[in-house]
Amino acid sequence: MLSNGLIISFTFGYLALLFAIAWYSERSASRGKKLSSNPYIYALSLAVYCTAWTYYGSVGRAATNGMEFLAIYIGPSLVAPLWWVVMRKIIRISKVQHISSIADFISSRYGKNITLGGVVTVFCLVGILPYTSIQIKAVANSFDILQYSEFNQNLISYPFYQDTAFYLAMGLALFTVLFGTRNIEATAQHEGMVMAVAFESVFKLVAFITVGVFVTYFVYDGFADIFTQASLRGLDHLFVLQGEHGVSEWFWMSVLSMMAVLFLPRQFQMGVIENNDEKHLDKAMWLFPAYLLLINVFVLPIALGGLVHFPVGTVDADTFVLALPIAFNQDWLALLVYLGGFSAATSMIIVSTIALSNMVSNNLIMPILLVNDNLKIKYQHKLSKIVLRIRRVSIFVIILLAYVYYKEISARFSLVSIGLISFVAIAQFTPAIIGGIFWKKGARLGALFGIVAGFVLWFYTLVIPTMVTAGYLHPGLLENGLFGIIGLKPTALFGFQEMSYVTHGLFFSLSVNVILYVVISLFSTQTSKEHNQAVVFVDIFKYSTSLDSSIIWKGQAYLPDLKALLHNFLGEEKTQEVLRDFSIRTGRTIGTKNYADPELVNYSERLLTGIIGSASARIMVASVVEEEEISMAEVLGILRETQELKSLNLALKQKSKELKKASDKLQKMNETLRLNDMLKDEFISTVTHEMKTPITSIRAFSEILLDDDLPEADKKRFLDIIIQETNRMTRLIDQVLDLERFDSGRQELNLEKTDIRILILQTVESMIQIFKEKNIDFNIEIGYDELQLLVDEDRIKQVILNLLSNASKFARNKIVLKTYLKDHDLYLQVFDDGKGVPEEEAPYIFEKFFQAKNQTSKKPIGSGLGLAISKKIIEYHGGKIGVFTKSDMTCFEFILPLQLEHHLLTHSNNADEQNTDSR
Amino acid sequence: MNKILIVDDEPNILLSLEFLFKKEGFRVFIARDGEEAMGIIKENHPELVILDIMMPKVDGYEVCRHIKENIEGVKVVFLTAKSKQQDVQKGMNLGADLYLTKPFSNKDLVSKVKSLMN
Repeated sequence: MLSNGLIISFTFGYLALLFAIAWYSERSASRGKKLSSNPYIYALSLAVYCTAWTYYGSVGRAATNGMEFLAIYIGPSLVAPLWWVVMRKIIRISKVQHISSIADFISSRYGKNITLGGVVTVFCLVGILPYTSIQIKAVANSFDILQYSEFNQNLISYPFYQDTAFYLAMGLALFTVLFGTRNIEATAQHEGMVMAVAFESVFKLVAFITVGVFVTYFVYDGFADIFTQASLRGLDHLFVLQGEHGVSEWFWMSVLSMMAVLFLPRQFQMGVIENNDEKHLDKAMWLFPAYLLLINVFVLPIALGGLVHFPVGTVDADTFVLALPIAFNQDWLALLVYLGGFSAATSMIIVSTIALSNMVSNNLIMPILLVNDNLKIKYQHKLSKIVLRIRRVSIFVIILLAYVYYKEISARFSLVSIGLISFVAIAQFTPAIIGGIFWKKGARLGALFGIVAGFVLWFYTLVIPTMVTAGYLHPGLLENGLFGIIGLKPTALFGFQEMSYVTHGLFFSLSVNVILYVVISLFSTQTSKEHNQAVVFVDIFKYSTSLDSSIIWKGQAYLPDLKALLHNFLGEEKTQEVLRDFSIRTGRTIGTKNYADPELVNYSERLLTGIIGSASARIMVASVVEEEEISMAEVLGILRETQELKSLNLALKQKSKELKKASDKLQKMNETLRLNDMLKDEFISTVTHEMKTPITSIRAFSEILLDDDLPEADKKRFLDIIIQETNRMTRLIDQVLDLERFDSGRQELNLEKTDIRILILQTVESMIQIFKEKNIDFNIEIGYDELQLLVDEDRIKQVILNLLSNASKFARNKIVLKTYLKDHDLYLQVFDDGKGVPEEEAPYIFEKFFQAKNQTSKKPIGSGLGLAISKKIIEYHGGKIGVFTKSDMTCFEFILPLQLEHHLLTHSNNADEQNTDSR
Repeated sequence: MNKILIVDDEPNILLSLEFLFKKEGFRVFIARDGEEAMGIIKENHPELVILDIMMPKVDGYEVCRHIKENIEGVKVVFLTAKSKQQDVQKGMNLGADLYLTKPFSNKDLVSKVKSLMN
């Protein structure tokens, strides 16, 4: 048996270790190395969820109700994946709005309302205090058990000054004050406290698993053995899902714990306020459930082991964890288990107390102080000191109250359900919070009435029965209902008896709460301030970067007043720093102006919110500025503007991408245009050059003709030449104009049904003479008899003539014209046995003045425009023109589609494209 | 005694120039392209060559370079439609004595050619 002194020294030694860890972490953080900033510490700190109640109580519950104890761990595990949606949003909102507690969160969401914050704070106190006190009780009991090996819960009979629990409570209060109120900003993170809690989570897990392994493998021969022995004693009913209320009980317990794990003040403190990085949620989402799984693995084996080992009724199942090691004379193991339970209790007490003290100071006392003008003026200049003092005092008061509750009251209550009753109290905040972050319409009055009604019902259905049991109230109330009305029986409202006591309370309080919240919200109008907050909360991910400009505020603030206000809370140095910070972030200078702009006012309010809570900050800021109430329409307008700005920004980015694309395209087009321009220049220069040739002849001969003594024969010859050259000139001009019309798409075809055979023969007719003169052997092969086609007769003739005349210029002595039908197309080919077109020039030969490319050597005869015009004509008819060499003959060929109409319909669209493409 | 060669691929221009200079008392040779021109120069040693630039086979620049590199004392007058500054520059750089553009004034051409030959 361990001596009293040994246990006490280990207990305080453990406490000292916590101090050391906290102190070391704080020091490390102040040197810039934040140990807590990783997902593992974050997940461990969330494990503050597992208190002494779970440490000892789970086994107790398992011993009576079997697997049912798991329900409150299954809920959090099930809901963990949803953290990414809910928790991340709450974290973002809280960080951005400098929210420091759950009361502040609700108050801030519903227009920074004082009443709501106060109500939530009071209810938290009422709900959590008994919970805290059972932690103290657990520690005290385990201490006694360890000391006296007394396994039945005995009445507490020492005066407080002899009670170890009292000194432990004070030690915890001291720790909490030291590591929980170092900074005036309630939103500031408590590095040391977080690290200590994380350590405690590891410690309690290790301790519990150790005792689990001991019971399972040393007392018994593994899981199978325990279950077999338990089965022999008729304990099978504990192995499966059961309970008098069946599966619905599981469901409600899971739902309840889902809400608790998010909104219990200590969970909110650890999960939201102490969160370093939203991304840590990623890992915590599975680490935390894994932790819950680990710590619960041995619960049932220990419970069954205890039931098998101890005769029924001799040992309270809640103490099996300690009783088993003691029964097997494992004193040191018992000490470890005791310290594990101690760690579970202390972490809960510390974190809950910090959270509660923040609420008390920021949402209860400060608003009262600030609303009262006399008090405000009196304390104006030492507010920052007062805030800290309030927090420190309230920490001591809360822990002391918990101790008193434990000492004086808790003994009279059945403690089994205090934890769950606390959970139900906290669950009342769920509608206001979840509604608040997803439903803009959720209104202050709805939240207030919902929470208050929920609490009244909570009190009536869950607390009253315990008071009856404790003897404070007449038992008739429980049996006959209020005023003797059976329907008002606290444990069976309207005759609902199917549910268990806790589930019944949860169902009624929460249902009424939700209904009131929704209905009243639907029928009430929000003030502009409230609506502003609602929009910012619900759409936080849109506003978190532009928050100061999203909070709508109209009025005037005198800068020195605002500075003095900040000064009161932050001190000279810090005020300078934050103002500098502001001007860096917004790019505005502050120093020179006498009036603060709205963004600075909002920024200041947020800073103060972090220190004294949103409602108090609102009051403080309102006292130094002259505000004008602004209309809802204005709020909506400005909010829309910020939102639009953001989406505009996005749109701008998109636009700039598109612009770049467009500018690339433009550059390409510009390049094409430049090229076209060059070609046009070249074209003009070539045209003028071509024109100079006939003009030169005309001029030269005209001057010669001026001489009177010219023989008549010469005169006539020279005049003929002049006429010839003038015709050449006219032809050239016509062709240039022709080409220009085709190029610009203005040329129109004069389409008529034409017999192609006759057209070809007529064209050839005009060339026969020339072929004869040049001694060229000409052949014609027509592969069809009669072919009526819709074409521009003159233009097609022009093309054929051009091809034949070109051929006549190059042919040595043979030209063949072949025409036939193939695949719904008309083919016409002109072969000559001339020197041919070099392969590399073939693609360019249909460009105007092709010969101009080789600047100085030129085609023997012709303007150089004929083929270019031919190409245009054929394309206008929807056909193709080309050149190739076949068995030593050069062949110019064009192909016309037989369904000409179809192609002609689309031609006008294509013409423009060709216009740019072909050059 | 005043032998000149006129080179141009345009028959009508060639005809007018031949008529013009013969009337002025020159002994006129004519060529329709650069290749032909070089043959005539080699055979008949004209004192002055009136040269078009854009011609089939061998262009005027080529003929000019050939003359200036191989034969002493033959004057070259470009007579061409190419009137751009860089064309003129190119012609003069090849050592041409005169660069005239089409269309031209008969009198002007004759007097310039005469003054070159004295």
